[in-house]
Amino acid sequence: MSGTFLGMPSFQAAAKEALGNAQQRRNLEHATRTIRGKRAQVVAELDDWEGLRRTAAAIKDNVLTHLDSYLLQLEESLTRAGATVHWASDAEEANRIITGLVRATGTDEVVKVKSMATQEIGLNEALEEAGIRAWETDLAELIVQLGHDRPSHILVPAVHRNRAEIREIFLREMGQVGAPPPAVLTSDPRELAEAARVHLREKFLRARVAVSGANFAVADTGTLVVVESEGNGRMCLTLPETLISVVGIEKVVPRLEDLEVFLQLLPRSSTGERMNPYTSTWTGVTPGDGPQDVHVVLLDNGRTDALADSVGRQALRCIRCSACLNVCPVYQRVGGHAYGSVYPGPIGAILNPQLRGTTSEVDQSLPYASSLCGACGDVCPVGIEIPDLIVHLRTRVVDEHRGGVPSGEQLAMKGAAWLFADHRRWEKAQKGAELGGRVLGGKDTIGRLPGPLAAWSDARDAPTPPAETFRTWWKREKGGRR
Amino acid sequence: MSSRAAILGRVSAALAGADRVPPPRQEYGAPAAVPDVVGLFVERVEDYRAVVEQVAPQELAAAVARALGGTDRVVVPPGLEGAWLSALDGAEVLVDDGDLSPDDLDRCGAVVTAAAVGIATTGTIVLDHRPDQGRRALSLVPDLHVCVVRESQLVGDVPESVTLLRAAVDAGRPSTWISGPSATSDIELERVEGVHGPRTLHVLLVRDGDGLQSPA
Amino acid sequence: MTSLPGSGLRVALFATCFNDTMWPETPRAVVTVLERLGVSVDFPLEQTCCGQMFTNTGYAREALPLVERFADVFEEYDAVVAPSGSCVGSVRHQHAGVARGCGRPALADRATAAAGKVYELSELLIDVLGVTDVGATFPHRVTYHPTCHSLRMLRVADKPLRLLREVRGIELVDLPEAEECCGFGGTFAMKNSDTSVAMGADKAQHVRETRAEVLVAGDNSCLAHIGGLLTRQRSGTRVMHLAEVLASTERDFAAANELGGPPYAAGARDGREATA
Repeated sequence: MSGTFLGMPSFQAAAKEALGNAQQRRNLEHATRTIRGKRAQVVAELDDWEGLRRTAAAIKDNVLTHLDSYLLQLEESLTRAGATVHWASDAEEANRIITGLVRATGTDEVVKVKSMATQEIGLNEALEEAGIRAWETDLAELIVQLGHDRPSHILVPAVHRNRAEIREIFLREMGQVGAPPPAVLTSDPRELAEAARVHLREKFLRARVAVSGANFAVADTGTLVVVESEGNGRMCLTLPETLISVVGIEKVVPRLEDLEVFLQLLPRSSTGERMNPYTSTWTGVTPGDGPQDVHVVLLDNGRTDALADSVGRQALRCIRCSACLNVCPVYQRVGGHAYGSVYPGPIGAILNPQLRGTTSEVDQSLPYASSLCGACGDVCPVGIEIPDLIVHLRTRVVDEHRGGVPSGEQLAMKGAAWLFADHRRWEKAQKGAELGGRVLGGKDTIGRLPGPLAAWSDARDAPTPPAETFRTWWKREKGGRR
Repeated sequence: MSSRAAILGRVSAALAGADRVPPPRQEYGAPAAVPDVVGLFVERVEDYRAVVEQVAPQELAAAVARALGGTDRVVVPPGLEGAWLSALDGAEVLVDDGDLSPDDLDRCGAVVTAAAVGIATTGTIVLDHRPDQGRRALSLVPDLHVCVVRESQLVGDVPESVTLLRAAVDAGRPSTWISGPSATSDIELERVEGVHGPRTLHVLLVRDGDGLQSPA
Repeated sequence: MTSLPGSGLRVALFATCFNDTMWPETPRAVVTVLERLGVSVDFPLEQTCCGQMFTNTGYAREALPLVERFADVFEEYDAVVAPSGSCVGSVRHQHAGVARGCGRPALADRATAAAGKVYELSELLIDVLGVTDVGATFPHRVTYHPTCHSLRMLRVADKPLRLLREVRGIELVDLPEAEECCGFGGTFAMKNSDTSVAMGADKAQHVRETRAEVLVAGDNSCLAHIGGLLTRQRSGTRVMHLAEVLASTERDFAAANELGGPPYAAGARDGREATA
């Protein structure tokens, strides 16, 4: 089960199970509340946050609507700087390219920088099948990997685990794959982090190949950027001889100077810091400094499908900050696993159905995993109108199901639309409700509500209908007026 | 058809008929209105629980020696100003010749480097890995990073620093942006300083004035 | 009487289908408040529904005729008021998009024009009529829940609170985590009922922490969701639409005391629940 999300139940079913996990709900509640507060504080420090967001959105929209030329420019810049560029249409092709590159070095292990793209393509599993061990070096990713678990948050993949659970995982698993934790280990986060430092250091020092993603890829210089906190990224990007970076094609920014916008937005939105501890930039190969064998795999894997949707396209602005997860009341209660993807939360609800298509049960259910409260759209640093996109994708799911034998919902919606299309029909339907309210009284009259009102009230203890609609009252009291 | 051609073809097809959005009219590198750049830089670096000391140029060598404390082996980049180490007493100093292995670096307790830029608003030090800062591994593997920043290198906010970075990138050099010691909040969002990078960052902010030559 | 803030103004009331059918006391209260302020209120009988539940469930094609009907019915008015942040949000934020998505650009333009004249109640009172004191009396401990679409789609900000602060006798208390969604979310409440109830339970808990007698909001569907949970918890807190609080006057309370029953605005709803 580790690392894969195939055959996921629909969001609704998975959510129901997750809601029953009291420990996880406490962990999530604490974590999201903490990070929300930090974000709000550092965002408020900037004079023109809204202006920065608008600029970022405009830069990304410029990139996306000129992606063909920017990709060619990026390729040229990278090649000029001594990097080798590979193109991968899908996960399978990317994994094949990377496996081949690792094999060519003669090594059988790689160290990995936390990277959403490599999780998305299931790289670790593909490498494992090829007999190559991939060591996750981000602390949270290490916790997930050692726990044979799945990530549940973009920034803090082990957010669903608390310190006691992490200690247990370290004691049980660490020694089997490298330097063991100290015999006496408490659940103090400092001790746990120290155990990870010791465990991973021997891996960093001996590693010959590293695999990373990139937060940004600068077209005009060929510079790649990794934004991180722990220094595991710097270790991977610096010490090995070979570096393979998997970069989604939407990660391009046109000019180096564009980074000034994103380096202000990303840390504040992501960890709630003015700046993250470490940001690394590298431009191909620098003689005498860092990896001398540098590869970049440009990954499509569904991104061009999203690009083809003129409305849905803006989801590709995403810089993977996870601010939308932290403010989402649904995510906060259900956690990340129910989304059946490495991209959970509101961004996952709009990204997964676009990258993977809407053929699976879970991808069809994701656009409905939202109360449309709008908190996600408000915090998105690149101005993705997440609620609008959710509605857009619901429409896509509904439209894809048209034409067959109509479902109950389709019939109810069609019937209601027919009622509302003429106010006289609607009034007649209301009369039925009035009658129900007057004669029957109690709560079992709910089912007698007209049209979609009936469907809504099925799930609730809705109040019973009143004895008289507003319309009836108006006609009686004010009828002469119009 | 190659995947390159296939992807580019899909991109072109996806954008057929799309409104092409022009780049925003953005004033790059606009200076931030920060009244007290030095004061803000100090406050913001301290906020990350890094050590910051303001020193006069003539006090720098002594401050470096103090910051290194009882470290017995120190690595320095080849272009580091020699005078900065003149007050060291007893510590072994390795000058990186490019051949030190990761394991060699791991046996060094500290590193002393210069910096390229300091950003006040975010409390960030930018290394562009010129000879006085050395290759990236130097300031990464040892547990203590003593970093010398001159007041004249401070800028108000991120945009100014990105502008300055272009020269380094054009020269093919990497850059490392450092905001406090390495840290993680991966366990219950509780911040722990010191994971894989240096657990201690000691910034020596040198007042502008005579007596400090830039080696670059 | 020419000095009344609404004198000479003719405003169409969009009651919304839910209120019209389920909570008639709310549009009635809107009529009471507006007429008290001198506004001439019209209720065009051809109105039905804004189409939000279709649009938000993915049935844009089914919503299209309703978008057209809305423009037909309301475009002749200078101003339209609706006692629902959510429905106003749909008109203002979704109607043109539905028309455009269905290949009807001319209708999209009409929808945009019509939407420009539609106000949520607190917007009409403060932005159009320029009043915060509507002459209401409501001697109760009240807490206010800013519903998501009022807050984040319409950006009504503190307008409802400014109106409530001017109500005589009211004791207004802050709701903890006020800006968090109650979990209703239209068809979300059906399709993800477990999550919806989990969110609603937390909201109800925060309401109880305020020890308020009345929870007020600008959307009856959110209130019904929270109210259902509050009732189940036997909290003793009742829910009431903003319009009904603003419609309440000293006379209502005097009359209610004489009769020994609950005052006018609360009476209709409480009386109904008693039959359940």
